[in-house]
Amino acid sequence: MSTVPLYRFAHARAGDKGNRLNIALIAHRAEDWPWLAAQVTEARVLALFAHRGATAVRRHDLPGLGAFNFVIEDVLQGGVNGALNLDGHGKSLSFHLLSLPVEAPAPD
Amino acid sequence: MPSDTMLRIGCGSGFSGDRLDAPGPVVDALIAAGGPAALMLEVLGERTLALAQRERLHRPEAGFEPALIALLRPILARCVAHGVPIVTNGGAANPRGAARAVLALGRELCLPALRIGVVEGDDIRGTGALDDLEPWEGDAGAVLEPASVIAANVYLGAAPIAEALRGGAQVVVTGRCSDPALALGPMLAHFGWREDDWDRLAAGTMAGHLLECGAQVTGGYFADPGVKDVPGMAELGFPIAEIGADGSVLITKPEGTGGVVDRRTVTEQLLYELHDPAAYLTPDVVLDITGVSIAEEGPDRVRVSGARGRPRPERLKATVSLPGGWLGEGEISYAGPNARARAELAGRTLLERLRMLGLERGARLDLIGVVSVFAGDAGVPAGSEALAPSDLRLRLAVATGTREEAERAVREVLSLYCCGPAGGGGVRTRVVDRIRTLSFLVPRERLSPRVTLLDLAEATA
Repeated sequence: MSTVPLYRFAHARAGDKGNRLNIALIAHRAEDWPWLAAQVTEARVLALFAHRGATAVRRHDLPGLGAFNFVIEDVLQGGVNGALNLDGHGKSLSFHLLSLPVEAPAPD
Repeated sequence: MPSDTMLRIGCGSGFSGDRLDAPGPVVDALIAAGGPAALMLEVLGERTLALAQRERLHRPEAGFEPALIALLRPILARCVAHGVPIVTNGGAANPRGAARAVLALGRELCLPALRIGVVEGDDIRGTGALDDLEPWEGDAGAVLEPASVIAANVYLGAAPIAEALRGGAQVVVTGRCSDPALALGPMLAHFGWREDDWDRLAAGTMAGHLLECGAQVTGGYFADPGVKDVPGMAELGFPIAEIGADGSVLITKPEGTGGVVDRRTVTEQLLYELHDPAAYLTPDVVLDITGVSIAEEGPDRVRVSGARGRPRPERLKATVSLPGGWLGEGEISYAGPNARARAELAGRTLLERLRMLGLERGARLDLIGVVSVFAGDAGVPAGSEALAPSDLRLRLAVATGTREEAERAVREVLSLYCCGPAGGGGVRTRVVDRIRTLSFLVPRERLSPRVTLLDLAEATA
């Protein structure tokens, strides 16, 4: 086991609707999906975005696509039309999720 | 596959700020392929529509996407000559005004038989539907004061677009409609799918969703050097979907263009701005992508199958735009020895000045070079003190109720030239009015979408 950023195993894209952010997280290799599912939990993602005011996280699983869709509430300071952050859409936050530390299983 | 069982839909623009020369290679590829085809141009943002509505108050002939004619000029004659209809939401707040501008372009380009389809009915101000709104789940508790509404538009579906195309329109101009409808409309017109053929509508909607952001499915907004490399970023090919009569979907791009279409680009875009993947609500169908599979069939050719559909929602989403106060922004750079301390002193000075002026509420500081977008709503995070980069930009952002307050606040950044720490430079300030948007749901029966066909021949006569 070694601790590495999620970035090593997945890629991501963020989108916004109002004060709600979604981040699609996609495993580079389908075989990594199960252990990513065990580690990248709603609770951990909520904690990762706590400093942005996140109130809830819902993870939708898409194992057939090797993907997850995280829907994060209240993280955009009201949304792009009210936020004072330079990135009011939260588009850059996909890479914040990818900075989450994960414990990678040892290679076979 | 025989051409009459396949329709190609290209996308030449994925948002209101997209590359103006993107449609050309897509149109060339559609014409070279030879079969039935259509081109969609998605150019309408939420803010765009509200700004357009405001502009129309001052100039009644305005209020549509300013770049629409620049996008159409290089491609319109070729599309008309080869029977490739163009579908765009560039009508914004004034689809009829946009149609008249396109007719004028047709006259200039000597296209005497040009026929434009205009889709209206998305604008619900003054219709009574405004009194019958229910807040969308993401804006629960929102209360609307009708008098302050700048714009109120419902997302219409694909049926009026299909009607315009069946009526022979070579260009269809809409205001607000769901983005995937720009692709689904041509499919309905071409294949004659029933409006309750939910799985085919779902497949078409999924294709439209993959196309609607243009290059975001062909390698745009994707590149990460060394991890996800994309060739030819300066000449990205915009997407083309090959749609079968049975609802099969294949995503590709014009040959000889930059970019890439593979499992990863398609997966990122499939999930873009999606919430529940089992229930993507559109005016035409509820799309379920949980059973979708993505297969690479060849270089830059990806098959996407397994979309399922359920009956369309009875209530449609409406975006309501309201005045949102003012935003003032000011920036100043500090570089070289002790840059961070000088920038932070400037920040403390600014906050003190704003307190003296009673404008400190709703102010935020960023220290670009230490943190520009990842900070919380309070600005520069704790624990970043150890970072001492030597080229920094201090940013003030402030939300105010009036323009005067915003101007007064950002003037304090300018004042740092003579009153701030040593060596500050490169001040830029900006004050803009803001528009707040809320989403509501409107019962379908309150709406009456209208299709009008305008002919250049008649307009000229």
